[in-house]
Amino acid sequence: MFDNLDLDVCSGDVVELTGPNGSGKTTLLRCLAGLTADFDGAVRHAGAFSYVGHRGGLNLQLTPLQNLRWSAAIEGTDATTSTLSAMLDAVGLAGYELTPCQQLSAGQQRRAALARLQFRNARLWLLDEPLTALDEAGCALVRDLIERHRAAGGAAVCATHQSLRVAAARPCVLGRAA
Amino acid sequence: MGRLKTLWHRLGSPRWFFEISARWASGLVVAGLVGIAGGLGWGLAIAPPDYLQGNSFRIMYLHVPAAILSESCYMLMGAAGAVLLIWRMKLADMVIAAAAPIGAAFCAMALLTGAIWGRPTWGTWWVWDARTTSVLVLLFLYFGVIALRQALPERTAGRACAILAIVGVVDIPIIKYSVDWWLTLHQPSTFKLTAAPSMPPEMYLPLLVSVLSFYAFFAGVLILGVGNEILLREQRTQWVDDLVRSRAS
Amino acid sequence: MSAVAFDRQPSSGRAFVAQLQRDLLIAFRSRADFVNPLMFYVMGIALFPLGVGPGPDRLALIAPGVLWALALLSTLLSLDALFRRDFDDGTLEQMALNVDPLFVGVLAKVGAHWLVTGLPLALLSPVAALMLFLPGGAVGTLVLSLLIGTPILSLLGAVGAALTVSLKRGGLLLTLIVLPLYVPILILGAGAVTAAIDGLDPSAQLTWLAAILALMLTFTPFAAALALKVGLE
Repeated sequence: MFDNLDLDVCSGDVVELTGPNGSGKTTLLRCLAGLTADFDGAVRHAGAFSYVGHRGGLNLQLTPLQNLRWSAAIEGTDATTSTLSAMLDAVGLAGYELTPCQQLSAGQQRRAALARLQFRNARLWLLDEPLTALDEAGCALVRDLIERHRAAGGAAVCATHQSLRVAAARPCVLGRAA
Repeated sequence: MGRLKTLWHRLGSPRWFFEISARWASGLVVAGLVGIAGGLGWGLAIAPPDYLQGNSFRIMYLHVPAAILSESCYMLMGAAGAVLLIWRMKLADMVIAAAAPIGAAFCAMALLTGAIWGRPTWGTWWVWDARTTSVLVLLFLYFGVIALRQALPERTAGRACAILAIVGVVDIPIIKYSVDWWLTLHQPSTFKLTAAPSMPPEMYLPLLVSVLSFYAFFAGVLILGVGNEILLREQRTQWVDDLVRSRAS
Repeated sequence: MSAVAFDRQPSSGRAFVAQLQRDLLIAFRSRADFVNPLMFYVMGIALFPLGVGPGPDRLALIAPGVLWALALLSTLLSLDALFRRDFDDGTLEQMALNVDPLFVGVLAKVGAHWLVTGLPLALLSPVAALMLFLPGGAVGTLVLSLLIGTPILSLLGAVGAALTVSLKRGGLLLTLIVLPLYVPILILGAGAVTAAIDGLDPSAQLTWLAAILALMLTFTPFAAALALKVGLE
């Protein structure tokens, strides 16, 4: 699928992967995350990374708070209930922390899925279509999260159809082979 | 030791295996068939009739080797699975793919000949005894591997079948013990490697010949099957293209 | 809210507990997953008197086998959902990426599965035994054999579920793969109950079952984790 791909992501970089459907944005992210080993070459990480995939990683029968608590536990982050609630507030889900996710709108579910980026426990973020289903305010939220992450020395690689409108983002366009 | 290492390395290339095996395989198949025919002829015509079962026991010369081979084949699949998962040798993937239908065929043959044996001996077409039951369960295990291989995409099918084969190999002794323990009808194993055989030499020698010939036949057929798999998998490479062209002309 | 920059302290123990808690919570949220296999068990058992006739002698004869065989089938029913739901909503990826070693997470999921399926089945079995006129003295052995045997079913089933997780309609294939592996468990479990009916000591069969459980505990979570990684590719 890819030929001769060489990608170096440093502290403070935000790489925007764009390209038409089927050009391999999701596949590339999964390769970077180590979910797929179906390629010749190597991926080297300088630390932990956080991956938010296409489908979000939320169980719909649980509440955002329960999902977040599980994420915190498996990612090895200590967080009290009040901290987690505050994180959910910060993504605009105040008052919805205890509502089962299947009763939330698609945009709200996306916000809940992105909430765990606030754990700040990974230098690299791999985000697959983070702006899906988000309104203007939601997009601004994602932009804000990424900016703050970058300011703290982190980096992000995002596959996206619409521009994140983050300052000084590095575009990386994947094309479909002829 | 160095020789073995080189061999191991060479096995990493399916193409090398294909080129080497072409010479051996047909020879093995023919040798196996000759041996089977010989062993069968000996067993069917020359060996004396059993004092209890008369002539019907002669089907044993087909039934017992088939059962033994079906089990050995699964063990081989399991070993190939381990090689695939640990050393990522592509050839092991093809061995698993080729061996599964062969093993299943041996199981079917063992069951069929078991039925033919059972009818005159015990009066029924089917008998739930230790060997037929384990072979039946083994057949189901083979079906599982074959079905899994067909259902998954080619990229991941090999490794998934390897995992299943290994789990199966661990389970087979458990299955055998529990089935053995479940039933007492079947005859004790016709010969064991360490204990003296309970049959006179005129009976077990043709059986030995039969079993060994079956192994040879199996090896030959397996190598041919693996060769087939190699051609299928590597069909987009240059060497296969050249080979097909040269054969066609 | 700002923790020490980019720090993770993953702990297998914590991951195990968190995964177990989460799966139990999900199971209790969806009553159907909990009740359906039990209902299937009872209904399936009821088919036998209906098919074979209500005479106690005949039913008591087939009772050990039927009670065990149906426990197998009920477990099979519930296995498909073990990993598939998480696969569909992206949570399985999260578990695979963050829980290291992955078999810890798998063990937690299998544990939750057993607590929700196998354990209730074992506890419900006396009721089913009643329908088949199983002699009272054998009921204790029945429950004990199921208590030891159903975790093995969950463990072996998990390997099958992991191998078929990426298939859209893998349910039937899962059954095909797992059933032969279940055969010895059935033989030993039903054998234990039969021994108890005949007044013999079932401890040989039960000990074998316990040994198989110990063996499966050590290697099936690992095999299932490997299979999940293959399925996620």
